[in-house]
Amino acid sequence: MGQNLYHKVFDRHCVAQLASGQFQLFIGLHLIHEVTSPQAFAMVREQNLSVPFPELTFATVDHIIPTTGAGRQRPLQDPLAEEMLQHIEQNTADFGINFFSPDKNDQGIVHVIGPERGLTQPGMTIACGDSHTSTHGAFGTLAFGIGTSQVADVLATQTLAMAKLKVRRINFTGALQPGVYAKDVALAYINLLGVNGGVGFAYEFGGEVIDRMTMEERMTVCNMSIEGGARCGYVNPDQTTFDYLKGRDYCPEGEAWERAVADWQSLASDADADYDDVIEIKGEDIEPFVTWGITPAQSVGVAQNLPAVDSFAEADQLVVREAYEYMSFEEGQPIVGTPVDVVFIGSCTNGRMSDLREAAKFVKGKKVAAGVRALAVPGSQEVARQAIAEGLDKVFDEAGFQWREAGCSMCLAMNPDQLQGNEISASTSNRNFKGRQGSPTGRTLLMSPAMAAVAAVEGKVTDVRNHLEN
Amino acid sequence: MAGKIVTEITGPGIPLRGNDIDTDRIVPARFLKCVTFDGIGEHAFTDDIKGLAAKGETHSFADARFANAAVLVANQNFGCGSSREHAPQSLQRWGIRAIIAESYSEIFYGNCVSLAIPCFTADHETCAQLQAAIESNPEGELKLDIAAATATGPCGTIALQIQPGAQSQFLDGSWNARAGLLENLDQAKAVAENIPYVSNYA
Repeated sequence: MGQNLYHKVFDRHCVAQLASGQFQLFIGLHLIHEVTSPQAFAMVREQNLSVPFPELTFATVDHIIPTTGAGRQRPLQDPLAEEMLQHIEQNTADFGINFFSPDKNDQGIVHVIGPERGLTQPGMTIACGDSHTSTHGAFGTLAFGIGTSQVADVLATQTLAMAKLKVRRINFTGALQPGVYAKDVALAYINLLGVNGGVGFAYEFGGEVIDRMTMEERMTVCNMSIEGGARCGYVNPDQTTFDYLKGRDYCPEGEAWERAVADWQSLASDADADYDDVIEIKGEDIEPFVTWGITPAQSVGVAQNLPAVDSFAEADQLVVREAYEYMSFEEGQPIVGTPVDVVFIGSCTNGRMSDLREAAKFVKGKKVAAGVRALAVPGSQEVARQAIAEGLDKVFDEAGFQWREAGCSMCLAMNPDQLQGNEISASTSNRNFKGRQGSPTGRTLLMSPAMAAVAAVEGKVTDVRNHLEN
Repeated sequence: MAGKIVTEITGPGIPLRGNDIDTDRIVPARFLKCVTFDGIGEHAFTDDIKGLAAKGETHSFADARFANAAVLVANQNFGCGSSREHAPQSLQRWGIRAIIAESYSEIFYGNCVSLAIPCFTADHETCAQLQAAIESNPEGELKLDIAAATATGPCGTIALQIQPGAQSQFLDGSWNARAGLLENLDQAKAVAENIPYVSNYA
């Protein structure tokens, strides 16, 4: 019986088995940002520890940074945000850590810049104090979110204490229908397996649908692993992976590149690899999904009506009722036609070039509906440069979108981009938790960039499949 | 440098019903704008508390009966969502010293271990029974025995489960993993030398 990538990579990085039964795992790439790292640096200082591998840690600022030019002037208007930015500047300078910063024009969402710079490479172990670290699994890495005490562990030892996960292979067979995107694939497996279906598992995504995806699409699929309870999700590296990485800043070159590719190929799951669980989802069955509730599993195909409370297991009915009450939606109502107040295109889930290009197709030459506030937020300053070079900023601007600078923006309410009152947003981000987008009563409908773009133009949730002539 | 040994936690309970209670609800993101964890206990469930108050209802964390609680009893997938350690830090600073739930998000669970907060699991019926018992006797103390994995209180002694690895970490004071990791730093450096990407495939 062959091995899967998870076990091959885990074994390569295993330093020791600890008394607790956990394994000490070497971390090849450590990413940090301003929210979950300041207390970790304080812990390192309090214990008088050093950082033995500063060259394996990379930092950026994404959660708190304003996305308007004026808002980014220093000092930042919000003194707490300014303090956090100063801390990451000082901490990275003190410990010799590379900081991708607005001053150098190379800042961005941590999960956008890792792949974009070629830092994320197959076969790595990657940790970051951020649950969406699973994004990097698209490259065939073991990439997972950690807490702040663990950030301090990695700073001080470049290792983590980790238990071995089980591995579930999810095969997406066949092909996606027009109007169905990587985001819908993500929402589909979460809908099917639930928000805790992946607890204890790493998800290996495969099958024809995944094989045909671009790296950016695979990142969207892996990004939401944690929303399904799986701490990491990955795709085996293949030619698509290598083509994406070749020539990027931190990738090997020349003969070293050849050695790297051979190594990466050897780490992909063997054809006869063993899995703890295997499931299959037919690509043809996946519809454009929209969430209607307060967990990412509370979703329906856009053409469907909202489910009855008693269609759920009894244990889940409390949270379903809570969702209906919070959202002010009724069982049985169609999701299509739900008016939206805000449209947010961006985030580590859908803030990359292909996301902006796809959304732009549906807004080009159109106008954002009256009364709708629409934001297009590139995931990094590099994405912004490319988008501007392609004229996408103008497409969004002429349609009435606000074209912003790079950051997490309205995904999570730690910067000025927030919902007000009980506004409803059509959002390409990853979480529809209560209050997630900044207002304690704000309501989030998760969907693909194309669906969000159409919602902006129509002012309501709309089936993108009826707009594909664009 | 081992941490303190945790063998039992004793204190009144607090019930919190519902599956999938996420970290954004435990501590909303706007309170993550900080460079220390000081004061974060004041923000535990702050929006859920306000939301219920607006309907004339009282959230457990705002209910005077549970103000001295140390043992939180929740349901499925508790602490799902973000990796923010701010969530268990907030619960701990509010007064929570142990949790019993049907299941947890993994990152949240690991963060709790790092903070010496034992997390036990029990089935739905047991959690519901404990929640009801706490409500009918909020003053009653629950004694959680880490080695035996039991809760003893007004409703007698109830069997719980705890992950064996975490259990041993509490009992030998190694719940803070860092000391053990530091001991193997030389081995870690040796492993790194054999990982080809660390030298960029030179």
